[in-house]
Amino acid sequence: MKILVCITHVPDTTSKISFTENNTKFDGNGVQYVIGPYDDYALARAVELKETHGASVTALNVGGPESDPTIRKALAIGADDAIRVNAEPSDSLFVAKQIAAIAQENQYDLILMGRESIDFNGGMVHGMVGEMLGMPSISPVMKLELDGDTVKMAREIEGGKEQVESQLPLVAGCQEPIAEWRIPNMRGIMSARTKPLAVVEPSSDEQGSQLQSFELPPEKGEVKMIDAENVGELVDLLKNDAKVL
Amino acid sequence: MSILVFVESADGKVKKTSLEAIAYAAGIGGEVVAIALGSVDTSELEALGGYGATKVLHASDERLNQGVIKAYSSVIAQAMDHVGADIMVLANSSLGAPVSARVAIKVDASLASNVVELPETSSGFKVKRSIYTGKAFCIEELTKAKKIIAIKKNAAQISEGGNSVSVEPFQPTLDDSDFTTRIVSTEKATGDILLPEAEVVVSGGRGMKGPEHWGLLEDLAKSLGAGLGCSKPVSDMEWRPHHEHVGQTGVKVAPNLYIAVGISGAIQHLAGVNSSKYIVVINKDPEAPFFKAADYGIVGDAFDIIPKLTEAIRAQN
Repeated sequence: MKILVCITHVPDTTSKISFTENNTKFDGNGVQYVIGPYDDYALARAVELKETHGASVTALNVGGPESDPTIRKALAIGADDAIRVNAEPSDSLFVAKQIAAIAQENQYDLILMGRESIDFNGGMVHGMVGEMLGMPSISPVMKLELDGDTVKMAREIEGGKEQVESQLPLVAGCQEPIAEWRIPNMRGIMSARTKPLAVVEPSSDEQGSQLQSFELPPEKGEVKMIDAENVGELVDLLKNDAKVL
Repeated sequence: MSILVFVESADGKVKKTSLEAIAYAAGIGGEVVAIALGSVDTSELEALGGYGATKVLHASDERLNQGVIKAYSSVIAQAMDHVGADIMVLANSSLGAPVSARVAIKVDASLASNVVELPETSSGFKVKRSIYTGKAFCIEELTKAKKIIAIKKNAAQISEGGNSVSVEPFQPTLDDSDFTTRIVSTEKATGDILLPEAEVVVSGGRGMKGPEHWGLLEDLAKSLGAGLGCSKPVSDMEWRPHHEHVGQTGVKVAPNLYIAVGISGAIQHLAGVNSSKYIVVINKDPEAPFFKAADYGIVGDAFDIIPKLTEAIRAQN
């Protein structure tokens, strides 16, 4: 079985978000970049499936050379090889086109990725890729088991989940608790250095949107502290000042 | 110009987030055609006129009673063609999001999700999206002729007052390949207020010390008509189910009032609540970082404060 795991190279969740160049560029100064946390779950599940069912796992990233350390980490976690499409991931349609082209060429049985990237939070790429390839796309998937060609999944819905069955090949957007995150061990890190990382040029330059600018939300005002002996004051404030009761 | 709105329902009733989608479409202007799929009460659909829909289509094929992503995408793409819609609006929900991505490819549309306000159309068609999990926004120009907009909660104010409209049946072409994915069963908390849609949310963290103390929070939530959430450690330890986990990798909420009890306020938790209008933090540690993100704070023992708060809220109801 061939599994493709698409990973994003994103600022880690504790990063302070700020912008430069008149609010048109993300300020990456001092920011730690990681595999997107949802993608990390997808990767961990792919590596589990490799161990239990026998599979090859290819990691795919759309990004510039700055993504390489993130891709090497995916290789250290257990991907067998990797492909980087050498282009800025400018919008979800652009990224989906690159993934679909690679998938068409290599015929994967299972395409996993995070439910969304944590920078732009689009959550659209898995559905787009599924439609481009004529495969089912399921998201957000919190459990994924293989039973022959049948894939049994749990999909999170508002207030609960649904059990879903489909057939390979398919595309899934993953989230916790589909697998436990994996921390690369020393052997993994050593072997990742020599695993193949192919760099290819984008196959399409089509986009559906053009980024104009960024904005930060307004600063939060000072917190008003209320004495623990006087919860009635809180109720008053919520009712009469905030007007939310 | 026609705008199609995908209306979601649960137990035959139209979801509130879909009423916001109709209000958003009405805010853009033009003919607003709503489409509902599967089993929905006809009276609910007729009432959509009151919220701004000028026409309602209903694809009542019983195979659509379940939200199969591929089949729904196919129906909605056909409906866009049928009404000649240039724009499709929907709520960015667990079903809406994956459906909209497929529709965008089918009809060759630009797609923006987590849109927070009406588009700016004076030069080009520009939308404002919430990004970095609520920590920032971006303005994007949607460059294709057709556009799909998945809105975030509170992107539009629901307004009532129009007349009811007639409901037209819509019969899309569906084939078996649209239904290769089967929904075997659905487990859903019944009677509870759904977190992503709640106007008030009460969340508990590790400071609650164990699942046996959740009754206190349930009482508080009940007194407020609030949805119930929790922090990541709480769902990781299985004190509470995963769908209650609020945060960066869990549910993102956008209520008018968020009350956090015994949650220290890690940046990953804040990412899930930063769209709340007002935040109340109750924590025994005065140094808890959550206080910096709060509007109101109380330092003290949750086991003392929560019952008193519940009582005070009941007294003023």
